[in-house]
Amino acid sequence: MRELSLNILDIVTNSIEAEASRVIICIEELHRDNIFRIRIRDNGRGMSREIQKKVLDPFVTSRTTRPVGMGLSLLSQAARQAGGTVAIQSALGKGTTVTAEFKKNHLNRAPLGDIAGTVVNLIISNMDVHFYYLHQTDFGRFGFDSYWIFARMAEQDCSVYELVEPAKEHIKIKLSAIQSNG
Amino acid sequence: MKTLADLRAIKEKAKQNMASREKTAKYRIIVSMGTCGIAAGARDTMSAIIDELNKRDIKDAIVTQTGCLGYCDQEPMIQISQASKPTITYGKVTSEIAREIINEHIVNDKVLTNYVFNLS
Repeated sequence: MRELSLNILDIVTNSIEAEASRVIICIEELHRDNIFRIRIRDNGRGMSREIQKKVLDPFVTSRTTRPVGMGLSLLSQAARQAGGTVAIQSALGKGTTVTAEFKKNHLNRAPLGDIAGTVVNLIISNMDVHFYYLHQTDFGRFGFDSYWIFARMAEQDCSVYELVEPAKEHIKIKLSAIQSNG
Repeated sequence: MKTLADLRAIKEKAKQNMASREKTAKYRIIVSMGTCGIAAGARDTMSAIIDELNKRDIKDAIVTQTGCLGYCDQEPMIQISQASKPTITYGKVTSEIAREIINEHIVNDKVLTNYVFNLS
């Protein structure tokens, strides 16, 4: 995928499929350690140890429409080409955490891209799920969650679609404040 | 400081707001958002659709997502469904084409046949 924020969108779709009611998207950009880390943690169905070991294989999937699931294998490829790894931690009935780590300054590390677009799209398409997005850099951190949108829907009595642009703008402003050239 | 009960009430109000819109919606716009769709730009297509609905102040349409429709080379794909009318499937819907479709299909009730995807 062109941007890591699209891989994130894809992986979180897995969490939704696993019936998660809470999803945490945590991005850490650590310049000093040259680490770019994406962690997606959900409280969905989880996977058995046997499946966990094989799940990065595109032919190992829970999909029934066809026997191919590309989300994790695309993320794994993106990590490998940037000198990084993908690790899966999961427990049946508890949830799953997918951690993708990349070398931050690697030439082949795809850009994060429009993370605001990904986060807001996820929230409005899954109103039953509580999303929490945390972004940390060497310059600071910020968090954004579903309730930013829910609260304004209640206060302003507006539709969720009218909050899409304000929510994205809010995230972009917070993000530029903690990035090195922000 | 909001209590847990306050937060629950807020979430409930938001869900009801969405549910009532879904019940009264005349148009359902379904965006295919499987891995193939995402890779082809479906997220941006969906954003463009929502933006156009806001711009045109269209209140009787809802936007939902679905998984891969099985025609990955035609992504991004969207479907527009209306009661008592056949569902129309559009293929290769970029952000610009999505806005055109909203304006013609939803505002002017005209199907854009050159973008329609046919199984044949």
